[in-house]
Amino acid sequence: MPDALSVEHLTVTLHGRTILDDVSFSIQPGEFTGLIGSNGVGKTTLLRAILGLQPYETGTISVNGEPRDLQHAAIGYVPQKIALDSDVPLRVIDFVTLGLDAERWGLRRRSAAQRDRVAALLEAVGGAHLATKRLSELSGGEQQRVFIAHALVREPSLLLLDEPLASLDPRNVQEIVALLHRLAHEHHVAILLSAHEMNALLPVMDRVVYLTGGHCASGPTNEVVQTDVLSALYGHHVDVLQVHGRVFVIAEPNDATDNLPEHPTLTVH
Amino acid sequence: MFSGFMINAWQVGTIVAIVAGVVGFVVVLRGDVFAAHAVPNGAFAGAAGASVVGLSPLLGLGVFALIAALGIGVLRRFGQRDATTALVLVLSLATGSALLSQSTQYASSTYALLFGEILGVSSAHLIPLLALGATCVGAVALRWRALLLSAVTPDIASARGLRQGRLDAGFLVIVALATTMTVPVVGALLVFSLMVGPPAAARLLVSRPGRAMGLATLLSLVVLWSALVAAYETNWPVGFFVSTGSTLVYLVARRISQHGTE
Repeated sequence: MPDALSVEHLTVTLHGRTILDDVSFSIQPGEFTGLIGSNGVGKTTLLRAILGLQPYETGTISVNGEPRDLQHAAIGYVPQKIALDSDVPLRVIDFVTLGLDAERWGLRRRSAAQRDRVAALLEAVGGAHLATKRLSELSGGEQQRVFIAHALVREPSLLLLDEPLASLDPRNVQEIVALLHRLAHEHHVAILLSAHEMNALLPVMDRVVYLTGGHCASGPTNEVVQTDVLSALYGHHVDVLQVHGRVFVIAEPNDATDNLPEHPTLTVH
Repeated sequence: MFSGFMINAWQVGTIVAIVAGVVGFVVVLRGDVFAAHAVPNGAFAGAAGASVVGLSPLLGLGVFALIAALGIGVLRRFGQRDATTALVLVLSLATGSALLSQSTQYASSTYALLFGEILGVSSAHLIPLLALGATCVGAVALRWRALLLSAVTPDIASARGLRQGRLDAGFLVIVALATTMTVPVVGALLVFSLMVGPPAAARLLVSRPGRAMGLATLLSLVVLWSALVAAYETNWPVGFFVSTGSTLVYLVARRISQHGTE
């Protein structure tokens, strides 16, 4: 079976600055992968390159063994929270339905099966009660659920999510993570989810792509999140501590700490 | 009120109102309101130029509306959406006034171009107007779903492989066509009100996209028909009543929607 996603030797330069430098990794079908790194490290740029929204200098991106441009329908995308004018006339159900056939010409009516599918997906993401609300009225957690339903309605084999957990309350974080976990394991959707904080993902994350300074380390989570691997990646010594099932990456004093992922309880003296 | 030249005005006004409602709805949805103000000004320059060299103003109108629309489309791809649109707008107005300064006659036709003169639209224009209008409405219907998605979540639309640049440019051409037909009726400066007021009002009241567009078209018709009656009774220009009517409709809708949410 081909990789769900394969990124090889990807280099992206923005305004003369190298954002991603020879980044390579791959994801298997049904694998839950965390794309971890601090803010501004290039997570969004990497996702945008995979989505075809960001041109890149060199490298190859394939989805299901084919060039990504041939695999639009296989990729679902959940962007960061977007703000809409409150009067945008589009309901949740309209938006999820658009996920089916936005590129189709004309106004042909959707079949009963398609409408059932939209309703079932909204139910599955815990958003059935939102169906007739305006998209613009949703809270952060609600919007994530609806966007996930929108992305899934075409049955993608790869789902990309850009910081879906940022600014969610702990209950919503848990619910969304559990939902995505089910998707990966029961429906074999490969998931690549970016986050600046990995602790909420540790129980479900099969693989990690750890990004810093334009480089990445990738592999099974417990092999990558190690003192020696991350020290090599950062180019200076960092300690990886595990406390009660949570992971903390801590830099030496005087080292550049601004490259570290954010941890709510991390203090560096 | 329903005889002779007025019959013509009712027919023309009805076509224009439907097109303004449909196209205007998408204009507001896509945040293209400023562009919809700039394009008619390009059209004005074209009509002025055409009358100076003795060509049909409608031809100049169409060609320049198209140039303005494509100019905006190309320039704003590289960012600074508002600034580039504003420059196209001002350049168009300046060109229009320069061309008119070369013309010693037709002061009243200039006035008609800027502020509209529905009673001056002859019955010979009915068929071309109908064809243009059907093209605009048909094109919106054909790309309705893509226009909706790319207006709300442009990144998702691009990631799906929808070509935003083309969609954007294509829609601006529709705006140019709609402008070409509405400018002679309500005027370059006032077209804007018919394209923006009713759709902005409709989306406050209705949350389903198709129904909101339907309501926008209905309100647009109500505004234009009332304006015709008012203009006939008072001898004031139609454009004035179209603008006040559009604003009124919007304010009422706003009042109702605030009442509903309290």
